Amino acid sequence: MSLLIGSTTIGLILALLALGIFISFRIFSFPDITAEGSFTFGAATASSLIVAGINPLIACLCAFLAGMIAGASTGVIHTRFNINPLLAGILVMTALYSVNLHIMGKSNVPLLNVTTVFTWIENLSAAISGPEGKVMVIGWEVASKDLWLLLFCFLGILIFCLILWWFFKTNLGTAMRATGDNSQMIRALGVNTKKLIIAGIALSNGFIALAGAMLAQYQGFADVQMGLGMMVWGLASVIIGEAIINDNSVGFVITGAVVGSVLFRLLVAIALRWGLNPNDLKIITALFVFIALILPGVMKNKKKLTFKRKINAVN
Amino acid sequence: MLSIENIKKTFNAGTVNEVKALQGVSLRIEDGDFVCVLGTNGSGKSTLLNAVAGTFLVDEGSIMLHNTNITKWSEHRRARFIGRVFQNPFSGTAPNMSIRENLALAMKRGKSRGLGWGLPQSLITNFKKMVQPLNMGLEERLGNPIGKLSGGQRQALTLLMATALKPDLLLLDEHTAALDPKTAAKVIDLTQHLVSKDNLTTLMVTHSMQQAVNLGDRIIMMHQGKIAYDFKGDDKKRLKVNDLLSLFDELRRKDNIDPAVASLIEENYV
Repeated sequence: MSLLIGSTTIGLILALLALGIFISFRIFSFPDITAEGSFTFGAATASSLIVAGINPLIACLCAFLAGMIAGASTGVIHTRFNINPLLAGILVMTALYSVNLHIMGKSNVPLLNVTTVFTWIENLSAAISGPEGKVMVIGWEVASKDLWLLLFCFLGILIFCLILWWFFKTNLGTAMRATGDNSQMIRALGVNTKKLIIAGIALSNGFIALAGAMLAQYQGFADVQMGLGMMVWGLASVIIGEAIINDNSVGFVITGAVVGSVLFRLLVAIALRWGLNPNDLKIITALFVFIALILPGVMKNKKKLTFKRKINAVN
Repeated sequence: MLSIENIKKTFNAGTVNEVKALQGVSLRIEDGDFVCVLGTNGSGKSTLLNAVAGTFLVDEGSIMLHNTNITKWSEHRRARFIGRVFQNPFSGTAPNMSIRENLALAMKRGKSRGLGWGLPQSLITNFKKMVQPLNMGLEERLGNPIGKLSGGQRQALTLLMATALKPDLLLLDEHTAALDPKTAAKVIDLTQHLVSKDNLTTLMVTHSMQQAVNLGDRIIMMHQGKIAYDFKGDDKKRLKVNDLLSLFDELRRKDNIDPAVASLIEENYV
């Protein structure tokens, strides 16, 4: 049970990553691999600041801003210098590797014996139900601390989803969605699409960096490698969410990304529990996304084929 | 008033694919004029429209709109003055967004877009009134994604969107070319209605000579990146499809002679 609660909590934290990928990949149709760098960038910024004694909330805010700067760089490289989105992302991601090492000073920053956002929650839990408080959840004994963490992450992600939903319904947000949907049309309606792409990719990477910052605090360390494979991870979440919630209105898609992230994390936790070699995790994630991406096309072809066969049979 | 002064544009300059799309076009359109642009394929008629819209910047010459020099303005900046409908019915609308969201985007053409709510209730009631005259039953489907509509319906909506905030200049780029004849006729009717309602200054590219004869009060015929003929006033009213056809034939005959020889003949004999 505590495995399930722990995985759901991580799933909710990584939902921030899924939201970021949703903005770049779905809203702007921009395959933004900066994600891999900015995830670590956020973790590195937040952990270094927390270790230096800065308030963890301010550290998180700085991580968000750091991610936005990384995203804006990719956006500028793509729009001002006409460089392919993938290549622009790769450039920034590669550069960020060095930046992250400089920020952290070494390849790994432990967050032991420092106050993080989650320390506050643990203190709160200890104050309410005692340091070793246990709660029964459907017949299982669970540390009440874990439940508080879960509740906190759930509320946090709920607030971010509401803000994001509201934003994409404003005039500016609607214009952003139109930029990804039909840039020629929205330019003809007077929108500077280059500016909006830069802003949108910045926003996306802000969320991704925040996800990195939160994960580092949750697991108790930041690592220079932790961003590896995060883009595909986020994509998997978004795709699962879309498959479950089959509706393209903004609210549903945002909810889908969160649900997808939690479900994917749970699937992974269960697979690992059943004895999946952790080394195989990335290849399985990649295969999963590959299949999810080609599946709609294959289904369509199959439908066409059966249709043709039917016509041939009639003839 | 739109005033184009000797604009030139060469694509892929200095390569084997060099295309001299516009070779010195000058044109003056008064407020409230409805101008049809005709021409063979590759004559530069769409390029002329795109030059005015700002899809690219011209190599030489100037474009003035209402005494404002917009020659160096970017496409989105010009949108403040210009409403556009494209040849491809899918180009003018965002397919995955609802009909009302598309209309709401058009209500902000050229204005700043802030953090105000994108779809206030007052706008939605307004949209119902806007689409009712189309007689397409869209008023009940305003929340549906626009991508589910037919090309004709999307083109009609694009027209509504382009004219929703009375533009100083309306650019129509063969906007009925991709539609079936019946739908095309409907869209042309709507065009005529919307243009005359607000007395819009319009520049319409078409390759239907019938449309050019029926619509508007001026016909410009382009050939090889230049304006070959310009008919206005009574000349335009007298013009018939057959006259236009014979002019096209004449241009084509000229093409078959070496251009140098052609100019020599013209100088000495015409």
